[in-house]
Amino acid sequence: MKEKIEAIRAAIGSEIGQTGSRKELFELKMRYLGKTGEISALSKGMRDLPPEERPEAGKLVGDVRKWAEELFASREEELKAKELSERVQKERIDVTMPARFSPAGAAHPVSLVRAELVDIFGGMGFDVYEGPEIERDYYNFQALNIPADHPARDMQDTFFVSGEYLLRSQTSSGQIRVMETKKPPIKVLSPGRVYRSDSDATHSPMFHQMEGLVVDKNITLCDLKGILDEFARRMFTAETKTRLRPSYFPFTEPSVEVDLSCHNCGGKGCRICKGTGWIEVLGAGMVNRRVLENCGIDPDVYTGFAFGIGLERIAMIKYGIGDIRLLFENDVRFLKQFRG
Amino acid sequence: MKAPLSWLKDYVDIDVTPEVLQEKLFSCGFEVEELLYAGAEIDRCVVGKIERIVPHPDSDHLQICTLNCGSFGEAIQIVTGAHNIKEGDLVPVALDGSSLHGGVKIKKGKLRGVESCGMLCSGEELGITDDWYDGAEVNGILILRGDIPVGTDIKKVVGLDDYIFDIAVTSNRPDCQSIYGIAREVAAVLKKPLAALDLTYTAGEETTSGSVRVSVEAPDLCPRYIAHRVTGLKGGKSPQWMRRRLALCGLRGIGNIVDITNFVLLELGQPMHAFDLSKVQGGQIVVRRAAKGETITTLDEKEFSLTRENLVICDAEKPVALAGVMGGLNSGIGEDTAEVLFESAKFERANIRRTSRALGQKSDSSARFEKGVDAYTTGIAINRALHLVCELGCGTVAADRWDIVAPAAQARPVSVKTRFSAINGLLGIDIPKEEIKDILTRLYFSVSTRGDELTATAPAFREDIEGFPDLAEEVIRMHGYDSIEGTFLARASVTGGGLNAAQRAEERAKAVLRGQGYCEAVTYSFISPKDYELLRLHGEAERAIRIKNPIGEDMSLMRTTLAPSMLAALVRNIRRGNEGARLFELANIYLAHELPLASLPEERRTLCFGLYGEGEDFFSAKGALEALAASFGVRFGYAPAQRPFLHPGKTAEVTLGGAVVGYLGELAPDLAEELSVEARVYLGELDYAALAAAADLTVHCSPLPKFPEVRRDLAIVVGEDVSCAAAEAVIAESCKYVTCVRLFDVYRGEQVGVGKKSMAFSLTFTPRDKAVSPEDADGYVKRILKALHEKLGADLR
Repeated sequence: MKEKIEAIRAAIGSEIGQTGSRKELFELKMRYLGKTGEISALSKGMRDLPPEERPEAGKLVGDVRKWAEELFASREEELKAKELSERVQKERIDVTMPARFSPAGAAHPVSLVRAELVDIFGGMGFDVYEGPEIERDYYNFQALNIPADHPARDMQDTFFVSGEYLLRSQTSSGQIRVMETKKPPIKVLSPGRVYRSDSDATHSPMFHQMEGLVVDKNITLCDLKGILDEFARRMFTAETKTRLRPSYFPFTEPSVEVDLSCHNCGGKGCRICKGTGWIEVLGAGMVNRRVLENCGIDPDVYTGFAFGIGLERIAMIKYGIGDIRLLFENDVRFLKQFRG
Repeated sequence: MKAPLSWLKDYVDIDVTPEVLQEKLFSCGFEVEELLYAGAEIDRCVVGKIERIVPHPDSDHLQICTLNCGSFGEAIQIVTGAHNIKEGDLVPVALDGSSLHGGVKIKKGKLRGVESCGMLCSGEELGITDDWYDGAEVNGILILRGDIPVGTDIKKVVGLDDYIFDIAVTSNRPDCQSIYGIAREVAAVLKKPLAALDLTYTAGEETTSGSVRVSVEAPDLCPRYIAHRVTGLKGGKSPQWMRRRLALCGLRGIGNIVDITNFVLLELGQPMHAFDLSKVQGGQIVVRRAAKGETITTLDEKEFSLTRENLVICDAEKPVALAGVMGGLNSGIGEDTAEVLFESAKFERANIRRTSRALGQKSDSSARFEKGVDAYTTGIAINRALHLVCELGCGTVAADRWDIVAPAAQARPVSVKTRFSAINGLLGIDIPKEEIKDILTRLYFSVSTRGDELTATAPAFREDIEGFPDLAEEVIRMHGYDSIEGTFLARASVTGGGLNAAQRAEERAKAVLRGQGYCEAVTYSFISPKDYELLRLHGEAERAIRIKNPIGEDMSLMRTTLAPSMLAALVRNIRRGNEGARLFELANIYLAHELPLASLPEERRTLCFGLYGEGEDFFSAKGALEALAASFGVRFGYAPAQRPFLHPGKTAEVTLGGAVVGYLGELAPDLAEELSVEARVYLGELDYAALAAAADLTVHCSPLPKFPEVRRDLAIVVGEDVSCAAAEAVIAESCKYVTCVRLFDVYRGEQVGVGKKSMAFSLTFTPRDKAVSPEDADGYVKRILKALHEKLGADLR
């Protein structure tokens, strides 16, 4: 018995090293440890031994079984690691090869600016109202304190349709439509397309404006400045400053032009701000009393301010676009740059 | 508005640099668009005395001069070809390294072997005319007059040492469209006194009323008309100082009377006119509306046919001036004019504007009247002109005048009664009462106060003042806008804000398309009649709203479809060599209810998309619509259709709830050829408003199914004309458990026979209250097949 066991140990010891796969190992294992395997046969052969030898023989068989099982288990681990390593080696890829995906499109820069403005002012409690693009003279001019033949009409080269109808030259027309239907407190943005007969590198016959209007009790010029300061910081940088300077619009009094400190040079003067440190971005002012009266709002009770932002102008400043015409050519090489 | 510094200094003691004055004007609302130095071109050019002239040894026409230029050199040798000089003359000397008019640089050099260390200059080389310095236009060297120290900068001698402020004046301040108006602001901002204009004159014995009778028949268009006669004219040039001022502002000297009217126009902003009284027939001046068809030939020899809308100045027989625009050729003054009638009038600005526009006739005068002239200045200006006549000694001023003021225009000072607290309340800061009072006083308001109450009477030349916000503006522009500190609606109501549901839905549609790889385009709202022709949309252009004054015919119609603009954008991308593009635009189309418009047109939000490039086909284009449908919770229907600009076999009409809401298709091959486009281009257009109306954007969450779904594939053979949609419809209605039908293969070939095709569908059965067994599924398929056979003649493949 002892010799037999030693022979089996020796055989397993040499054969196990020859196995190259877990399948071969399994077959070998069956040959020794399977139900009909050689070690199992040893157990069965115990019956032929004299009873007094059986305990010792039993122990020997038990030992060899345990030894063999451990050996097979450890070899299995080895082979498993080997196979895994071979597989991952074989499946190795060049991770720098291109990905498959369908790239998203892009928002138009004017839409990006518009969305950002809606976000900034929406958070301050401004609603959004879009008025008609083909307007009546009354809303575009008269109600805004620009009567027929007023010299301020020269500031805007208006496209006319017929009779009292024209293409709105400013989103300020939206102010009137809002104030006619809504009573204070009013905080509204009126974005949209506007039209002026002008076309060159900085003017387009169609462009976008966003009018802002606040009407309530106790609104001051300082409030206008505060709102625009916040706009400047959020649209450009936290350091951006605003500067008000006197101007004239028939629908506001006092009227101001609003300059922003140049985001490029921080106000030191550069090419973008033409050396002045300031960039003119919008017109604003306290709503003219006549405009409030025209809309049935008592100017002795309420005051307000309005501002008009050119979206193309903001986009050109913010994204460094040199020629306004790029915005309307719709070349995908241009549009794709405005990834969202 | 051009204002020379030297002229402003006549009225205000300006003790700051031009740059500082520019800043000050900017801060109080007068942007100096350009600060020009009149002598910017001229450098290192000084007065020199010709000490000696000797002939050039090697030239007949050249002479060698020795110049004394004081500290710049007492014996400078210069060779010149001019011969109008003599020893002892003072002349402009361009030294070595100097610059002259037109960018000319002068360097030391040799002329025929003789060294020349500069150049003697003519007036032209200094860029000046006789108006700047008499003698500047002679052919030769400019000979200077008087006793001028040698070495003096020539710019100081000829009037070029001056600054010109080119100022943008806003349209509410016509009173500042003049030198004196700007001087008023300069005085206010510098806190200096303003010198009064000399308006005195000595009158002779002749009268105006004895020679001419003036009547105003259209007082609504002519609120004030002043006429004053001047006799015994002595024609000739006006003095150098006056012509130099005109030249600084870009006007030429014509003759003393015309120069006086131009001078007054610049100085006070009041256009004036002078009629030759010998040409005014019947001793009459009538200000009236023109008769229809009446004609006038203006000074520039253009003839105009007039209407009742035009105001004319007439004598007893005919118009002698187009009021406020230009005098008539028949009454203009000339060298032999013996007596004139000066006109200083206020014409209604809107009427002058309309006349100027309608006739296409403009002048300095009409431009000025359009901006607005105040009746007060009309009276000042005539006195100023008469003062200048006396100063120049060029005529005798009559003892009386006509001054006809319409009752409506009787000067009544505008008084604003308000409170200091109202002004500060609007501004949001607290400016002391004393300062407010001081600022308004400096701006020529007369101010009285009682406690918080404030009454400010505007000066007669300020017709823009209406209420306390105007006073607030005057105060803050002088006090300084930099004192306005930002506050954040501290005392206002809190309101909600942001986009409403419809506006958010638009953002959603755009996001869906961006997710599908589409870039957002923005195109002009106006298109060309030719665009409709190109797309074979004949007759459609007549339904579009037409712009009366378009930039050009190609931008004259408000579009009723976005397709032409989208097509143009795609073609531009193709021509630029871009390999592919997916573009969309969400914008309005403009649909008139009637033409010409009698009501606001419908502005219908419309979505257009277009694409081309490798891998793109009709179905990838259709993907854009299906992505939208999925997001908006709607189902589009598709049916073969025709559009004149699309491929007859690859065009679908898109329906929603039975109504046509759009189309989709490939660009017609003949149109592609016409555009020289080889790529296949796909276009779709959708009534976004209809989509938004039908959208179901609320999410209703369903529980997950308790039982697993069962899938079956089904391949059928049908006739060519059976559409996928028809088969899908039969499948869906023949078994209620079918929740998804997806076509995954279409096969044509011998196996299925001619005129037939095989379609393979993947079907998904979703159990409701009990599991679907394999046997159940087989049963459903059988039932579906039976229905397909009965309704579409389909057989199992």
